[in-house]
Amino acid sequence: MLGFLAFIPRAIAQAIPLLFGCTGEIVTEKSGNLNLGLPGVMYVGAISGVIGSFFYENSVGEGDVNAALAVLIPLGCCILGSAIMGLIYSFLVVTLRANQNVTGLAMTTFGVGFGNFFGGSLIKLSKADLPSISLSKTSAIFRTQLPFADDLGWLGQLLFSYGFLAYTAIVIALIVAYVLKKTRTGLCLRSVGENPATADAAGINVTAYKYSATIIGCVIAGLGGLYYVMDYACGIWSNDAFGDRGWLAIALVIFTLWKADLGILAAILFGGLYILYLYIPTGMEHMELKELYKMIPYVVTMIVLIFTSMRNRREDQPPQSLGVNYFREER
Amino acid sequence: MDSRTKEPFIHLTKRGAIPKRKAMLIRAAAVVIALIVCAIITGITTGINPLEVYSSIISGAFGSSRKTWITLQDVSILLIISLALTIAFRMRFWNIGGEGQVLMGGLGAAACMICLEGKVPNAVVMVLMLVSSLVLGALWGFIPALCKALWNTNETLSTLMMNYIATQLVLFFTILWEVPKGSGKIGIINQNSHVGWLPQLFGSKYLLPIVVAAFVTAFVYVYIKYTKHGYEIRVVGESPKTSVYVGINVKKVFIRTMILSGALCGLVGLLLVGGINHTLTDTISDGRGFTAVLVSWMAQFDPFAMIVTSFIIVFMDRGAGEIATNFDLNQSFGDILTGIILFFIIGCEFFINYEIRLRKHHKEA
Repeated sequence: MLGFLAFIPRAIAQAIPLLFGCTGEIVTEKSGNLNLGLPGVMYVGAISGVIGSFFYENSVGEGDVNAALAVLIPLGCCILGSAIMGLIYSFLVVTLRANQNVTGLAMTTFGVGFGNFFGGSLIKLSKADLPSISLSKTSAIFRTQLPFADDLGWLGQLLFSYGFLAYTAIVIALIVAYVLKKTRTGLCLRSVGENPATADAAGINVTAYKYSATIIGCVIAGLGGLYYVMDYACGIWSNDAFGDRGWLAIALVIFTLWKADLGILAAILFGGLYILYLYIPTGMEHMELKELYKMIPYVVTMIVLIFTSMRNRREDQPPQSLGVNYFREER
Repeated sequence: MDSRTKEPFIHLTKRGAIPKRKAMLIRAAAVVIALIVCAIITGITTGINPLEVYSSIISGAFGSSRKTWITLQDVSILLIISLALTIAFRMRFWNIGGEGQVLMGGLGAAACMICLEGKVPNAVVMVLMLVSSLVLGALWGFIPALCKALWNTNETLSTLMMNYIATQLVLFFTILWEVPKGSGKIGIINQNSHVGWLPQLFGSKYLLPIVVAAFVTAFVYVYIKYTKHGYEIRVVGESPKTSVYVGINVKKVFIRTMILSGALCGLVGLLLVGGINHTLTDTISDGRGFTAVLVSWMAQFDPFAMIVTSFIIVFMDRGAGEIATNFDLNQSFGDILTGIILFFIIGCEFFINYEIRLRKHHKEA
C-alpha cells in the first residue's frame, strides 16, 4: 500500500507534461490540423521559459527573487515562444496550404534543434561544470505546494503535493472538454474540423478558427514543456532530457479518442506506464524486461487505434478532415 | 457585375499546370531567401560572420576525401529510405514509420550476426541477414497496411506508434546482447571474425550503400512509372473511387505496396548494421525515417529530384557538425538552419500551386 501511494504522485508528475501536450493537440486537431510538430513546440515552450528565467535569475544575482516575477517571466516567455511556433504552423498550413505532416515534422526538427541549441548556449554562458542549467530559485517557486499538504498525511501527498502548473493542467483540460462539448464556440470548432466546407457555408470563419485553435493548442502544449523543466526536473535543463514525451502526447490523443476530460485519467495511466518499469521487480538478471514494459503505452495506443477503427462508431473517430487542408474554391 | 459587392483584395486561384522551369525557379528562389534568412539569424544569435559559417559548412561536407565519401554514403542511406516511403506516398498512404522499419531491419541483421556466428558459413549468414532484415522491415510495413485495408485505421498515427514499439524492441535486445554485461551497448559485433560484415566493393568501404542506392533509385523510378503495380499505386493515390471503378483491389495494393516500402527500409537497416556501423543501437536510424518524409515530399515524389533534396539535407547536417567544432557552437545549430530552410521550401509550394491575383481597379463611371 505504501509503495502504491508513492507510485501515484510520481505517476501524476509524469502525467502532467503529457496532459498539457494532449490537451493542446486535441484543441488543434479538432480544427482539422494534425500538428506533428508537437514535440518541437514543447521543446520551444520549455527552452523559452528557461531563457526568460535564466536571465532573470542572473540579473537578480545573489539576492532573493521576486516570486511573482519569477513565475510570470518564464510563463510569459513560454507562452510567447509556443505561440510563435503555432503561428508558423498555421501560416504554412492554413494560409499557404502546405502539407500538414511535412510541416509538422519540419517544426519538430526546428523546435528540438532550437531547444538544444539555446540550451547548449546557456550552459556555456553559465560556465557550469555540468552539462545542464540549474534554475533552483525559480523552480522552488514553481514547486511550492499548498501549505496544508504535509499536514494531511497520505491524502495530502496524493492530492495536494504538486506545483500550481499541475492543477492548471487539469483545469485547462476540464475547460477544454467543457468548451468543446457544451458551447457554441466548441460546436463551431468541431464543425470546422469535421467538414470545413459546410462550416464555411454556415458562416463560420474557418481560417480564424483554425488559426486560433492551433495557436491556443500550441500554447497549452508549450506549458507542458515548462512544467517539465521547472517542476518535474527541478529547474534543471539538460539537452534531450525531455525525450519522446511529445510523441507520447500525440499517442495519448488517439488513446483518449479526442476527449480532453478523459485525457486527465489517461495521462495519469500513461504516466504510470511510463515509470512502471521502476516498480516492477525484474531483478538484476533481467534488466532487458524493463524495456518491454516501456513499450506498453505504445502497444496499448496501437490497440486502441485499431479497435476504434474496427468498431467504427461515429463519435470515436478522428475529426473527419484531420490532416486535410481547406481551400474554398476547390470542389 | 453589381458594383456594390466588395471584391476581395487578394484572390487565389489554383493553377492548372505550371512550366517545370518556372516551378524550379520558384523553389530555387525559396532556397536562396532561406539561406539569406539563415545568414541573418546566424549573425544575430552567434555574432559570427555568416559567410564564414557557409564556407565551413562546405568544408564540413567536402573538406577531405573521407568527408566527401561519408557525405555521399549518408546521402545514399537517406535516399533509399525516401524512395521506400515514396512508393507509399504515391498512393496517399502516409508512412511515417520509416524509422521503425529501418530499426527492425537492423534488428534482423544484428540477430543473425550475433546468433549465427561460427555456426554456419559466412555466406549463409549473409543470406539470412538479408532475408531477415527484409522480412522484419516488411512486417512493420504490413501491420499498418493491413489495419488500413481492413478497418481504415489512420495510417499516420499507426505507423508513428510502430516506430516506438520498434525502438523498445531494439532496446530490449540491446540489453539482452550487451557486451560487456551492464554497459547497455552491444559494441562492434564480431569484431574479430567479421562474420556478417557486408563485403567492400572495389576496396572502398563507402561504396556499397551508394551502389545500392543507385539501383533502388532506378528500380523505384521504373516500378512507379512503367509497371502495372506502379500504375495501380498512382490510380489509388489520385482517386480511390476511380480505382474501385476500374477494378483495382485497393486493399491488395495497400498491403503489397507497404510490404515493399517496409522491406526497402529494412534493407537500409541491413546496410547500417552489416555495412556501416557493425553494431545496433536504438538511434541507428537517427531520425532519418522522419527526415525522409521531408526529402520525399520536397522532391514532389520524383525519384531523381530526391537525389538533390536528400543531398541538401545531408549537406546541411554534415556542415553543421563542422560549424559546431569550428565555432565552438552546438551541433543542434544545424537543425535550426535545416528547419528554416524547410519552412521556406514548404511555403514556396504555395506559389507553385496557387496563383495570386490582386484586386483590379475597375474604372467605372
